[in-house]
Amino acid sequence: MTEPTKTAGASHLDLDEREHTFLDANELVLNMGPQHPSTHGVLRVILKLDGEKVRGTECIIGYLHRGVEKIAEHRTYTMFNPYVDRMDYVAAVSNGLGYCEAVEKLLNIEAPPRANYIRVILTELNRMASHMLWLGTHALDIGAITPLFYTFRDREEILKIYEKYCGARLTTHAFRIGGCQYETYDGFEPDVKKFVAFVTPKIDEYEELLTTNRIWVERTRGVGVLSGPDCIDLGVTGPVLRASGVKWDLRKAKPYAAYSQFQFDIPTGQNGDTYDRYLVRVAEMRQSLRIISQAVEGIPEGPIMAKVPKVLKPPVGEIYHSIEAPKGELGYFIVSDGSTQPYRIRVRPPSFVNLQALDKMVRGQLVADVVAVIGTLDIVLGEVDR
Amino acid sequence: MPDETKGNTPPVSPDKDQQPVAQPSSSTAPSSTPPGAPDAKPPVTAPPKPAAPPPPPKPAGPAPVPWESEMVGRLKQRFGSGIRDASTYLGQSYMVVDRSVVYDVLQGLHDEEEFNYLVDCTATHYPQRPQPFEVIWILYSFARNERIRVKTLLAEDEAAPSAVPLWSTANWLEREVYDMFGIRFDGHPDLRRILLPEDWKGFPLRKDHSIIQQDQEWVQINLGIESGQ
Repeated sequence: MTEPTKTAGASHLDLDEREHTFLDANELVLNMGPQHPSTHGVLRVILKLDGEKVRGTECIIGYLHRGVEKIAEHRTYTMFNPYVDRMDYVAAVSNGLGYCEAVEKLLNIEAPPRANYIRVILTELNRMASHMLWLGTHALDIGAITPLFYTFRDREEILKIYEKYCGARLTTHAFRIGGCQYETYDGFEPDVKKFVAFVTPKIDEYEELLTTNRIWVERTRGVGVLSGPDCIDLGVTGPVLRASGVKWDLRKAKPYAAYSQFQFDIPTGQNGDTYDRYLVRVAEMRQSLRIISQAVEGIPEGPIMAKVPKVLKPPVGEIYHSIEAPKGELGYFIVSDGSTQPYRIRVRPPSFVNLQALDKMVRGQLVADVVAVIGTLDIVLGEVDR
Repeated sequence: MPDETKGNTPPVSPDKDQQPVAQPSSSTAPSSTPPGAPDAKPPVTAPPKPAAPPPPPKPAGPAPVPWESEMVGRLKQRFGSGIRDASTYLGQSYMVVDRSVVYDVLQGLHDEEEFNYLVDCTATHYPQRPQPFEVIWILYSFARNERIRVKTLLAEDEAAPSAVPLWSTANWLEREVYDMFGIRFDGHPDLRRILLPEDWKGFPLRKDHSIIQQDQEWVQINLGIESGQ
C-alpha cells in the first residue's frame, strides 16, 4: 500500500541535536511493521536507533482507513449504527453505546432505565473482554505465552453471552438509538451472575502469573513512563491516564447511562509505567465485575425502547457526547442539518490520540521496550485509522 | 457495494447541499451570513413543520440559549466583538470566535481558565457559506469538570492558528483536519497528511468530494491496478 519512498518520512523526525550526524555509524533507521505481530494490526513505526536506544520514532498510520466519517454522511442515523462497531472491533458494544447516546442526546430523548441497565451490563462485560484481550496479547508480546490462553478462555464466556443476547460475538450492534432492540434472553441474569462467579478467581489467576513474576516486573517496571501532566498535555485518557495518577473517569466525571447508580472505585497508579498500567487494568476488571453484579441485581422492569420516531430527523444543531470506552475517552461530535442523515460525524478515537504519546514514551528506551509500550497503550488500529 | 453507494448519493446531495447553508449558520453564526439567512430560512423551517405531529419533544429541544458565565464575561470584556456568539445548546456550551483572536482565546482558556485538556480538534465544511470552513476545538477542564467548544470560521484560503504550542495533542488532530479538509494550520511543526498517503490528491471530507471519488492516478501508480472501485 505504501510505496517504499515513504521511508523518506524518516527525514521528518525531529531528532534534536544529532540531526546533522546522519552518517554516524551508531545511528540506524529501522522500520517496524506494518506487518509485525506486536503492532496489533497494521501500524508502521520508523525507529531511529542509537545502538539499542531509541532516539526517535515516527508512526505511519492509515492502512486501515475506511473513511468512516465520510460514510456516515451518506447513511441515515440508524444505518450508520453498525459501522461504529467496526472501529474498535474488540469493544464494539462501547462504540455502539457512545454513538446511540450521542444521537439520543441530539434527539433529546432518553433510553428507559431498563435499557440503561442492560447497556451498562453489556458495556462492562465488553470492558472486561477488551482488557482480557489486551492482557493476553500484551503478555504474549513481552514473552509470556500462558496468559493468552487463560484470558481467551475466559473472554469466550463473555462472547457467549453476547451471542445469546444478540446473535453476534464481536461486532454486536447490541444497542439501538433509543434503547435496546432485544429484551434479555431467558437466563440472562443467571448467566451473567455465573460469569461473575466464574471469572472472579480467574483474575487472581492472571495476577498470580504476572504480578510478582520477576521477568514481567523487570520488563514492565519503569518502562514507558508518562507523567500525569504529560498525559493531560497529550490528551491521553483511559487506563493510561489513570496509571499516571490522575483519578479521572468519565463514568464518574460525566456520568452517562446508569453509571451514577453504581458504586465503584477508580483505580489509579503512581508511576505511570507499563507495570502500573497493567495493575490499573486488572483492577478495572474487578471494578467492572462490581458494577455488573450491582446492575444485574437491580435491573428494573419496564420498556427497553424509548418512544423513537420511525424516521430519525434530529433538529438542527450539534452535539458532542463521549463515554469511557475501555481505551479512553470515545467521543462523537455530530452535526445535524435536520435531515435524516448526519451532516457530519466526527469520532474522537481514544486509540488515535493515545498513540501519539508513543514517541514520548519510548525515547531513550530500548528497542525491545517499544513492543511493550505499544502493547501497554492498548491501541486498536481499526479505531486509529477509522 | 458500489451499486448501493451510487444509488444513494444523487438523492442525498441535493437536499444536503441546500440545508446546511441556512440552518447551522442561523444557529451558530447569525452575523456571518446576513443576506443568505432570511431567504434560506423558509425552506429550513418548512421541513420541521410536517414532522410536527410529535410536538412534545419539539419545544423541549432545539433552541440555543445565550451562554452566560463569569468566564464568558471576562472573555467578552477582553476580546469584545471577537467573541461573536456564546450559546448553550442541549446543555453544551460553545462560542464562535473571530479567526483573528482565536489563538488568544484558546491561550486564555488554557492559561487562565484551566482548560488543560484538548479533547478534539475537528472541522466541518459548509460549501455555500462565504466562510465555508468551521474549525472546532473541544476543550475540557479537569479542575472545573467542564467541557466547551470553541469555533472559528475560515474562508477557502484562510489558515487557522495551530494550537500545538498550547496542547501537544493538537499535533495529530490538526494533521488529520488538514488531511481530510485541506485546512492549513499556521505554526504547526509538521503539517503533513496522516491517514492518507502523503502524495494523495483531494480532501475527502469536503462536501464537494464524492464518496466514491478516489485519487485514481495514485491508485494506478502505487497499487498497480486500474481502479480502486
